[in-house]
Amino acid sequence: MNYFPEEVLEHVFDFLTSDRDRNAVSLVCQSWYRVFIGNCYAISAERLIARFPRVRSLTLKGKPHFADFNLVPHDWGGFVYPWIETMAKSGLNLEELRLKRMVVSDDSLELLSRSFVNFKSLVLVSCEGFTTDGLAAIASNCRFLRELDLQENEVEDRRGQWLSCFPDSCTSLVSLNFACLKGEVNLVALERLVTRCCNLRSLRLNHAVPLDTLQKILVQAPHLVDLGIGSYVHDPDSETYHKLKSAIQKCTSVRSLSGFLEVAPRCLAAIYQICLNLTSLNLSYAAGIHGTELIKLIRHCGRLQRLWILDCIGDKGLGVVASTCKELQELRVFPSDLYGVGHAAVTEEGLVAISAGCPKLNSLLYFCHQMTNAALITVAKNCPNFTRFRLCTLNPTKPDPVTMQPLDDGFGAIVQSCKGLRRLSLTGLLTDQVFLYIGMYAEQLEMLSVAFAGDSDEGMLYVLNGCKKLKKLEIRDSPFGNVALLTDVGKYETMRSLWMSSCEVTLEGCKTVAKLMPRLNVEIINESEQVEVEASPDDRQKVEKMYLYRTLVGPRRDAPDFVWTL
Amino acid sequence: MSPPLLGVEGEGQGNVSIVAASASMDCISQNGSGLKEHNYLGLSDCSSVDSSRVSSLSDDNKNNLNMKATELRLGLPGSQSPERDPDLNLLSSGKLDEKPLFPLLPSKDGFCSSLQKTIVSGNKRGFSDTVDGFSEMKGCVYTEGNWMFHGAGSDSETPESVGQGKFPSNAGINVMLTSRPSGAQATIMKEVPSKALQERSRATNGTSGNEMKTSNNNSSAPAAKAQVVGWPPIRSFRKNTLATTSKNNKEVALFVKVSMDGAPYLRKVDLRMYSTYQELSSALEKMFSCFTIGQCGSHGAPGREMLSESKLRDLLHGSEYVLTYEDKDGDWMLVGDVPWEMFIDSCKRLKIMKSSDAIGLAPRAMEKSKNRD
Repeated sequence: MNYFPEEVLEHVFDFLTSDRDRNAVSLVCQSWYRVFIGNCYAISAERLIARFPRVRSLTLKGKPHFADFNLVPHDWGGFVYPWIETMAKSGLNLEELRLKRMVVSDDSLELLSRSFVNFKSLVLVSCEGFTTDGLAAIASNCRFLRELDLQENEVEDRRGQWLSCFPDSCTSLVSLNFACLKGEVNLVALERLVTRCCNLRSLRLNHAVPLDTLQKILVQAPHLVDLGIGSYVHDPDSETYHKLKSAIQKCTSVRSLSGFLEVAPRCLAAIYQICLNLTSLNLSYAAGIHGTELIKLIRHCGRLQRLWILDCIGDKGLGVVASTCKELQELRVFPSDLYGVGHAAVTEEGLVAISAGCPKLNSLLYFCHQMTNAALITVAKNCPNFTRFRLCTLNPTKPDPVTMQPLDDGFGAIVQSCKGLRRLSLTGLLTDQVFLYIGMYAEQLEMLSVAFAGDSDEGMLYVLNGCKKLKKLEIRDSPFGNVALLTDVGKYETMRSLWMSSCEVTLEGCKTVAKLMPRLNVEIINESEQVEVEASPDDRQKVEKMYLYRTLVGPRRDAPDFVWTL
Repeated sequence: MSPPLLGVEGEGQGNVSIVAASASMDCISQNGSGLKEHNYLGLSDCSSVDSSRVSSLSDDNKNNLNMKATELRLGLPGSQSPERDPDLNLLSSGKLDEKPLFPLLPSKDGFCSSLQKTIVSGNKRGFSDTVDGFSEMKGCVYTEGNWMFHGAGSDSETPESVGQGKFPSNAGINVMLTSRPSGAQATIMKEVPSKALQERSRATNGTSGNEMKTSNNNSSAPAAKAQVVGWPPIRSFRKNTLATTSKNNKEVALFVKVSMDGAPYLRKVDLRMYSTYQELSSALEKMFSCFTIGQCGSHGAPGREMLSESKLRDLLHGSEYVLTYEDKDGDWMLVGDVPWEMFIDSCKRLKIMKSSDAIGLAPRAMEKSKNRD
C-alpha cells in the first residue's frame, strides 16, 4: 500500500469505523498516522513509535474514569511527560495531541512546544498538573498552532500573561478554548489575537472576560461557529449592551453556544437571535439562568441537537425542551443543587416528556431525584436509538417511588429496546435481575458503570458472560466478589479495563487473577495506613480498590507507593 | 412542585424510612390528590389518612406490598387495558426467568398516553405546598459538599458500614419487599408510623411544622449521615465551579419573608425566581392555600388542587386579602404599582393582609386586580 499517497489512504481509512478493522489494517499499513490509545499503560511510547513511525496525531487517556469522582488518589499516574520525551527523541512529526485524564506538567508542555515544528493542535480534557506558564510556552513556541482546547482542566493560575505570548506573527488559530481557566487574562492581547486570526471559528472565553470585551471580539470575529461566553453581566440599558446586540446580529454562523459563567438574565434577549440557528447549547455552568429566563431562551432554540443544562430547568422546562427541540439528539441534565440552595430538580416526568417529544434522542446523561420503571419503559419505547444512556438518581439506591420496586425492569426495557446501546450507567435500587437483562440484551454494550447495585456474584457474571463487546466495566460499592472475578479471567484480555472498588473482592482473588493472566496489570490501591506488604497482609482482606487492565508492556514503573501491582 | 423533595426529606431520616415513609406518603398524597391511577401495586387500600391505617401499613399493606412485589414482572405492555384501572399493573405477572422477557409490542396510543398521564399524575402530590417548606430544611440537610444519604437502614449503623457496605441497606430494602423476616424489618416498620404521623400532622394543621423541623434536625444530627466519596458522580471540576457560582448566586438570591394574617408561621420566597407579579402571586397562592382553605388532604375529590388555587386567587384578587410589601423606608405598600425590577430592589418583606386591615389600599387593590384579570 505504500505507493498510495497519504491523502488517499486517509480517505480510505475513514471508512473503517470499527476499532477492530482499524487495528487489523494498522498491522500491515505503516502509513497510519492517527492513533488512539485508550489506556496509556497498555502500551509504551517506544512500541508505539516502532509500530507507527509516521504517527502525526495521538490521543491518550490516562486515569480510570472513576478518577473523575475522586476515587483515584492524586498521584496515581498517567504522566504524559515520558510520551512527549520519547516522541521528541525519535524525531516524530507530531501535529496533534489529545489527552484525557492525564497529568500534564509545565515541563511537558514546554518540551512539547519546542520539539515538534509542525505542532498544530492541543486538546486537554480533565487534565491537571500544569499552570498558565505551560500555556505560555505553547503560545510562544508553536508557530503554526491551530487549536488550543482546554476542557475542564485544573489549571493553576500563575498570573502570567500567557495570552500575550502569542507572537504577532501568529495568525493561524482556528480554535481557542480557555473557559476553564480561573484567572485573569490580558484583554487587550485577546482582542488583538482575535483580530489577526481571521480563521478563528471557535472561541470559548473564561469568566474573566467581560461583556464589553465580548462585544469588541464579536465585531472582529463575526464568522465564529462556536462561541463560549465568559461573563455576561451588564446594564441592559447601556450603550455597550446595544453595541453587543448589533454585533451579535452579525454573527450568523454561530451554531454552538456555551458558558455564561456569570450572567445577568435581563441581558439574554440579545442572544435570542443566535438561538434560532443553534445546534449545540451548553448551559451547564450557567447557574445564573433559571426559571422563566431559561425557558424563554430554550423556546428560541428550535434546531438544537445537543443540550447540556442544569436540573433547575425542572420537569416543566424539560417539557418546553420536548416541544421545542425536535431535532434533539443529546441531552445532559446536571444537578445544580449540590449545596441546598433550593432550586427545582427533575424527575422521571421530565425524561418521559423529552422522550415523547424528541424521538431522535440517542445520548443521555440525566441526574434526577427519582425514576420509575414505568417511565423507563416509556422512554425505551419512545427512543429506541440510544447509544449512550446514563442515569443517575441522586440517592443511588432509591427504588421506584411509586411501586417501591427496584428499577430492574425499567433498565431492562432500555437494553432490550435500544439495540445499539454502547454505554450504560445505572443507579437506583437494582438487583441481580437487571444484570441478567443486560447480559441478555445489551449486545453492543462497550462500557458499563455500576454503583450500589446487585445482590450477588451472579449479577456480575451475567454481564461478563453476556456482553461480548464489553470493553470497560467499572463497579463501586456492589456485592460482587471473588467468584464473579475469577470465573472467566480470560474475558479481561478482551476488555480494556475493569475497576472494582468497595466490593467483596479479596486480595487473594486479585492475586489469583494476576497469576493466571500475565498480560494483565492487576493494581491494588491501598490508601489506608496499613502494614507493609512484607508483613503478610491477610489474603482474605477485602480490597478497597482494584484496577486491572490489559497491557503489552507489563507492570508500570511509575506506580506510587500506595499502588501495588500484583 | 417536584415530589422528589419528599424523597429528600426522607433521606434526612434514613434510607429505609425513605422506602417506608414514601410509601405512606404515597398513600396520603394519593388520598390528597384523589388520583389512584399511578398506584401500580394497587395500594389504593390506603384510601384515607388515618393513623391507624398508617400503622397498619406495617402489617397488612406490607403483606400486600410483598405479594405484589413477587407478582410484578416484566410483561407485555401492549396487552394491558388502556383504561384507568386502579389495579393497572403495567408489569403483568409472570415468572422472572420466563422468556421472552419483554417483547415490546406496538402499543395502542391510548396505552402510551394513559401511561404518560399516569406518570404525570403520579407526581402530583397533595403535598406540593408543604414540599416548598422542605426546601428550607433541605438547606440544613445538605450542608456539606458531598452528597449525603443513608446507606443503611437504621440509625444504629456505624458510619463506616454506612459509607462502605451498602449491602445492609439493600438487604433492608429487600427484606421489606420480599417478606424475609428479620430483625431489621421490625426496626424499619417502627419508624414508619411516627414519621408518617409527623408528615400528616404537618399537612393538616401546620402547627407541627416547627416541631417537624426541629425533630428533623434532631434526628439528622445524630443519625449516621455518611458522606459518600465520589457521589453524585460529577467531575470535581464541575462540582467546584458550581460551588463557586452557587456562592455568588447566593448573594444574588433575594429571600424575603412572607407572612399571612392568620397563618401560624411565615414563609420565605426568593424574589429572583420570578420575573413578573403574576408568577409571584401564583407561587404565593400555592404556598398559602393550605392556610386559607383549611386542611390539606381531607378531601378525596379529584382536582382538589385546582379548586383551592382558584379559590385563593379569587380571595387574593377579591376582597378578602391583599398583597403588600414593606419597602426600604419601612412603609407598607401595595404590591404591583411599580415595575418589577424596582419592586424587588426595594422589597424587604411581604405580607398577605386581610383587606379589612388594608383599608386605605383596598380600593386600589380591587382596581389592580381588575386590571390584571
